[in-house]
Amino acid sequence: MAGACAEAARLILEVHNVSKSFRGLRAVRDASFGLAEGAINGLIGPNGAGKTTIFNMIAGVYAPDSGRIVFQKREIQGLRPDQVCDAGIGRTFQIVKPFAGLTVLDNVMVGAFLRERTAAGARAHSASILRKLDLDAKATLPASSLTLPDRKRLEVARALATRPRLLLLDEVMAGLRPTETDQMVQVFREINRTEGLTILLIEHVMRAVMALAQHIGVLHHGEVIARGAPHEVVRDRAVLECYLGEETEV
Amino acid sequence: MTRAAVLLVVLVALLALLPWFVGAYALSVATLILYFAYTGQAWNVMMGFAGQLSLGHSLYVGVGAYVAGGIFFHWGIGPWAGLWLAIALCVLLGLVIGFLAFRFGISGVYFALLTIAFAEFTRIGFDHLGWTGGPGGMFLKVAQRDTWDIASFRGPPLMYYYSMLALAAGAFAVCHLLLRSKAGYYWQAIRENEDAAQALGINTFRWKMLAVAISAGMTAIAGVFFAFYYNNLFPEQIFNISRSIEIILGPIIGGLGTLFGPILGAAVLTLLSDGITELLIHFGWEIPGIKQVFYGVVLLAVVMFLPHGIWPALARRLRV
Repeated sequence: MAGACAEAARLILEVHNVSKSFRGLRAVRDASFGLAEGAINGLIGPNGAGKTTIFNMIAGVYAPDSGRIVFQKREIQGLRPDQVCDAGIGRTFQIVKPFAGLTVLDNVMVGAFLRERTAAGARAHSASILRKLDLDAKATLPASSLTLPDRKRLEVARALATRPRLLLLDEVMAGLRPTETDQMVQVFREINRTEGLTILLIEHVMRAVMALAQHIGVLHHGEVIARGAPHEVVRDRAVLECYLGEETEV
Repeated sequence: MTRAAVLLVVLVALLALLPWFVGAYALSVATLILYFAYTGQAWNVMMGFAGQLSLGHSLYVGVGAYVAGGIFFHWGIGPWAGLWLAIALCVLLGLVIGFLAFRFGISGVYFALLTIAFAEFTRIGFDHLGWTGGPGGMFLKVAQRDTWDIASFRGPPLMYYYSMLALAAGAFAVCHLLLRSKAGYYWQAIRENEDAAQALGINTFRWKMLAVAISAGMTAIAGVFFAFYYNNLFPEQIFNISRSIEIILGPIIGGLGTLFGPILGAAVLTLLSDGITELLIHFGWEIPGIKQVFYGVVLLAVVMFLPHGIWPALARRLRV
């Protein structure tokens, strides 16, 4: 998240004063932030803070009630999910949605066909992504036979196959053991470093976000209450109150 | 060549030589099997590949049959012109149904109900249509049946058998290509999880419409064949929901979404139905409805013990 006193980095995605209500409940209130191109960004916040709602508005699942979302200088609020993906934003699902009846390779090929015309091209591109995510040994297995960590990896592989410029990861670490989390962190660092892919992580596992993200935004009750580098954010009063305040109540 | 390819070549060769070894009755049964193999393939594109359940495919058979049959009956125009008209009209009908359903988010069983509704009100409409003879039926002139008159698709049973063989083989080839193309991957993704498919950039509306159009167009061809093979058409029969069910049983029993499933299913079901009839005659049982009871019991057994159909289980055995 580029802060208010932002560095000169170019912004690949800008969220301007976005709000969304569900049946009168304001899930996201006037949220604004930007994502620096080529960076790993984190969006954190307690349960129900509006993280997934923001995520879904960027991904085209919901249209915001008001506000603008600009991706690579183009307004994308209100586009359908497939149009958002076509524009260059890949996403994963918090609750994994593999194409269970298809093989691991075929799952990834579905994503690859967005930019590849032929099956051979899609297959080659998919194979290289499977190698990157260490899934190549399981390419011919049905997706339904994968364990949860592998399913999460498959979600990422499928999204990467669409050749996104921005990758949205919705709680991709949730439910993973610490060692598995560290492996995933390694994978994202690698992809970010080698391809300059911008990543937005939505997590409530602090461990992963702190290890990965260069910029962090903190969401509470649908509002962005803090932005900055990880070490700045953890010292922010409002953030401490929202996290620690809740801890002490328990 | 893979085992599957070898198996296929052998099968087609055997079917091509079949008329030399069997009599007229067996040939008519074989023609029927190929007919259901073909319509099963067509329906399988929509349900097996793209996951869109149609219970109204009799609509496309009926409209295809009446269009080609009608212009032949009234104006003597052979089926080759009527074929294209039939395909065009059925594709259009399919797109109308698809548009209504997919644009307004009607899916699953509600989509199935919509397809039934269209078939039903088309049946009722045709009952009141003078041009097609209404409920009294339309009868195509039956010509001399010993020469092959390809232009007006009139000839001996052998001609219909080979036409149906060509159609079934063609449908298999088309489905094979579709399944391995972008369309096949996109359809299967939509079938497995539509939200995930859309998140990968798939315009699900457009690809579902394509599946409906192809399925409807293919089924229309079966309708044209039906008209010129049976020569008499009644709305009450051709649009009947049990005709739609007949079409879908083959692929379901054989294996949904597979290439061989619809063919195997058609063969098993048709032979089973005829076999039961023969057996009942042999034992001299003449209880009304007993045939349907046996038929139902066998279907139940297949669905219970082979929930994914016969072909996937058989394919594992054959290792293809």
